[in-house]
Amino acid sequence: MSDAQMFQIRTVEAPRLPAPSSTTGVIGWMRQNLFSSIGNTVLTILGALIAWALIEPLIEFALVKAVWTGDDRTACLGADGEHIGACWAYVGDYMQQFIYGRYTTSELWRVNTVYGLFALLLVPLLAPSVPYKGINALLLLVAFPIVAYYLLTGLVIGDTVILPIVETAQWGGLLVTLVIAVTGITASLPLGILFALGRRSNMPIIKLISVIFIEFWRGVPLITVLFMSSVMLPLFLPDGVTFDKLLRVLVGVTLFSSAYMAEVVRGGLQAIPKGQYEGAMALGLRFWPMMYLIILPQALKLVIPGIVNTFIGLFKDTTLVLIVGMFDLLGMIQSSFADPSWATPTQAHTGYLFAAFVFFVFCFGMSRYSIFVEKQLHTGHKR
Amino acid sequence: MSDTAVELNLDRSRMMVSETEVAVELINMNKWYGDFHVLRDINLKVMKGERIVICGPSGSGKSTMIRCINRLEEHQAGQIIVDGNELTGDLKKIDEIRREVGMCFQHFNLFPHLTILENCTLAPIWVRKMPKRQAEEIAMHYLERVKIPEQANKYPGQLSGGQQQRVAIARSLCMNPKIMLFDEPTSALDPEMIKEVLDVMVSLAEEGMTMLCVTHEMGFARKVANRVIFMDAGQIVEQNEPEAFFLNPQHERTQLFLSQILHH
Ligand SMILES: Nc1ncnc2c1ncn2[C@@H]1O[C@H](COP(=O)(O)OP(=O)(O)O)[C@@H](O)[C@H]1O
Ligand SMILES: [Mg+2]
Repeated sequence: MSDAQMFQIRTVEAPRLPAPSSTTGVIGWMRQNLFSSIGNTVLTILGALIAWALIEPLIEFALVKAVWTGDDRTACLGADGEHIGACWAYVGDYMQQFIYGRYTTSELWRVNTVYGLFALLLVPLLAPSVPYKGINALLLLVAFPIVAYYLLTGLVIGDTVILPIVETAQWGGLLVTLVIAVTGITASLPLGILFALGRRSNMPIIKLISVIFIEFWRGVPLITVLFMSSVMLPLFLPDGVTFDKLLRVLVGVTLFSSAYMAEVVRGGLQAIPKGQYEGAMALGLRFWPMMYLIILPQALKLVIPGIVNTFIGLFKDTTLVLIVGMFDLLGMIQSSFADPSWATPTQAHTGYLFAAFVFFVFCFGMSRYSIFVEKQLHTGHKR
Repeated sequence: MSDTAVELNLDRSRMMVSETEVAVELINMNKWYGDFHVLRDINLKVMKGERIVICGPSGSGKSTMIRCINRLEEHQAGQIIVDGNELTGDLKKIDEIRREVGMCFQHFNLFPHLTILENCTLAPIWVRKMPKRQAEEIAMHYLERVKIPEQANKYPGQLSGGQQQRVAIARSLCMNPKIMLFDEPTSALDPEMIKEVLDVMVSLAEEGMTMLCVTHEMGFARKVANRVIFMDAGQIVEQNEPEAFFLNPQHERTQLFLSQILHH
């Protein structure tokens, strides 16, 4: 490079040009990300082939060769030597059990009402543009559980039966999964926050209690917790005193996941600079307003991925209640395999695929929503 | 920081120092961090309307001292009396004092998840129990005073350092404090932003605010302060009126310090 070029000074302002087309648009994107070199092109093609090799059989099993209608196993057997895909007719036949368990058929409207109410209250709460968040949250967190409790279990005042009792032993399928997951999720977050604050407290007793609680519940497997709560606990209780099994499971699952939640939240609290506390205190805010208005909103936002991770873990862990003889969705599906009238080579495949699909829809939904919330809450232009 | 860098104009007509009313008084105050005796026998009396500049080498305890005044740090011996209230473990007293004492920090400590306006209305609404409307009016008034009303709906992360510090000052003023504490408010700023913050502080001084500023802006000290305090190793080793302090420092440590910051 000559000296003249190195020390060139502009006399005319340089024009502002649009970015070269090779870096924008779909073609530009593909060129940059998929085909930027021979090596990358080979990898892209290889990746596409592998993806197809995995997805194609699934599509064939679940859609192309699937059986959609039929009254019993004969529909899903196929002619001699013919390969048959998923037997959706069997899932359709069992749908009521998968969704409600052995809940009294004539009372199913009560479960449906609960599902409906829940959706009706949850959706507007989750959508940022809908107003009245305070009332909405109050309805969902206080009124709804009470209503749902009486709708699901029944209501008898004196001798008059308003809603016939349905024993929790009859509940099952998605109903049990959702009751445990939703209760666990809504109760474990506030509990976890309290224990996280407790663990960071300057007060030794509170700190000690929090540490013991967290370490105890994190240290034992959930299966042990469930087993202890349903098999061992009654041994320690005086004769005649019984708790509902579902209630015991609910308490166990909630305490278990709140210990995990506490550690996730503590991670967030640790990331908040001391200056935020000082700024709040210097303005005269007391401990709880400071936590509620300044510290927790920032700390929780930071750990949304961890919180949702715990929620998803909890949702899937509900399947472990099978160990204490409760039939959640997966348990219900597995128990249906014993039915000879639908026994076919693909029955179990179909059942598990259905279970995987339902669990995936819920967990993926939570995951996507959390990403949406993270974007909504993004206020910083951190450098 | 050279003393000629900043040109500040000052209107002294409303700057009045009370002869009788004491704003802050520290009496034989001592503080330790563990075994480390960080503040040693501090005695300081600040009258209402006084502007005190506190300087001294890094680690000499300047921040710790002014943070004791609103109980961000706890002192272990001696007395601190703010606006007639003695600071003890009494939480009510601490609340009361924090309501009357505003503070600005080196790193602003704005709340990044709230807009500028929400930063300013938060304490009036939650601490003073003011209706939201009124709090917003007051906030806009002070944002106009620090000359950034147009940023009200932005988030702190979208503002420059100088703008953020001005918001922090406005946020404190919204609580209508009797005393303002500043802990190196311009140290984290790029040079071209220092003046905009100092201008706001000067205008506060002109209105007769009682101010305690930890700063190394000697131009500001000279113009605005009526007393400069020099701290070294946890003690107040010298205090004087600005002219005398700069022209004729008595203590050897002060002379060394001034020579370092003024002629480098
Ligand atoms: N939280 C703390 N724990 C222990 N020592 C501290 C703490 N804060 C400050 N110090 C020490 O106290 C001394 C005074 O600090 P500081 O008041 O911040 O000084 P300055 O503001 O004058 O630079 C320094 O030696 C510092 O290391
Ligand atoms: Mg300091």
